[in-house]
Amino acid sequence: MDLSAVLVPALLSITAVVGLGKRLNVYDILTDGAREGLKVLVGILPALVGLLTAVYMFRASGAMDFLASLLAPALEAVGIPPETAGLLFIRPMSGSGALAVGSDLMAQYGPDSYIGRVAAVMLGSTETTFYTIAVYFGSAGIRKTRYAVPAALVADLVGFMAAAFAVRLFFY
Amino acid sequence: MVVLSVVFGLMNGTINEVGNAAMEGAGAALELCLAMGGIMCLWSGVMAVMNRCGFTDALSRLFRPILCRLMPEACRDRETIAAVSANISCNLLGLGNAATPLGIQAARRMAKGSGGIATNELCMLVVLNTASIQLLPTTVAGVRAAYGSASPFEILPAVWLASALSVTAGVLAAKLLSRLIR
Repeated sequence: MDLSAVLVPALLSITAVVGLGKRLNVYDILTDGAREGLKVLVGILPALVGLLTAVYMFRASGAMDFLASLLAPALEAVGIPPETAGLLFIRPMSGSGALAVGSDLMAQYGPDSYIGRVAAVMLGSTETTFYTIAVYFGSAGIRKTRYAVPAALVADLVGFMAAAFAVRLFFY
Repeated sequence: MVVLSVVFGLMNGTINEVGNAAMEGAGAALELCLAMGGIMCLWSGVMAVMNRCGFTDALSRLFRPILCRLMPEACRDRETIAAVSANISCNLLGLGNAATPLGIQAARRMAKGSGGIATNELCMLVVLNTASIQLLPTTVAGVRAAYGSASPFEILPAVWLASALSVTAGVLAAKLLSRLIR
């Protein structure tokens, strides 16, 4: 049996039972949290409209294929499908941009295809590196970041390779 | 990206397709948001309940010993290590809005007296935050559901493995580079 098939109902019921056990107003907290989720969604929609438009244009012009073919030998050597080349570039720079490129890959190849799954795992296992670095060092008043950027990019690169590897391991 | 697309479109003779694609993209964005909206709202509600149940506090206690090994300096100050472990726990539960202020609070405390130069431990905190360590990537599951995946959450074990390898690589790279770059 599929682990994730059990996980979702189990998490939902455990959360409900623990919440009730602590005499929390579970329903109110749930709807408040859902409202937060809606705010996030409304917040990313305008960016997504702009970015998906750009992604669609980029793909239709043939520029995406060109980028992928340029990088294909290097990416294949480390086990990353070249179709995801665009995602690799935008991921560390823009969270909503990566969501746009990643969801376009899932729409194009299907969410349960190899490429679709790799794109999903890449999105799920990496972060908007440059944004995070800027926020943390910016707010802490750090001007010399030393090796933080290369170390974080190493984590991203390993994350991308591991995403492709993990999908092959669990699904094929 | 838009300018590049137009240049490429003219070069490849695909400028018609580029124009059509521009119209489609905006519609696709709204469709995607509508289709993944339900799953995102539901989980952000469930995560809020988990947070109030004390899951984040339990996770924080669980991670404190590991974090103390990675950042012994920060461990000497109770409030700093409390903020760091709460930051990591909120990240794990996908409570990004709660994680960032906690992380910033920790970063500010750790940066005190450093004269604007990142310390090894501050770099470690940043690396831990740039390598995503989310137990339930609900946005991605939402996108998968929106495009008709048979089982949106089936990628979880793969996400966990990839995240674990990525975080490990980041920590090792930080440790190694801290000796090389002063």
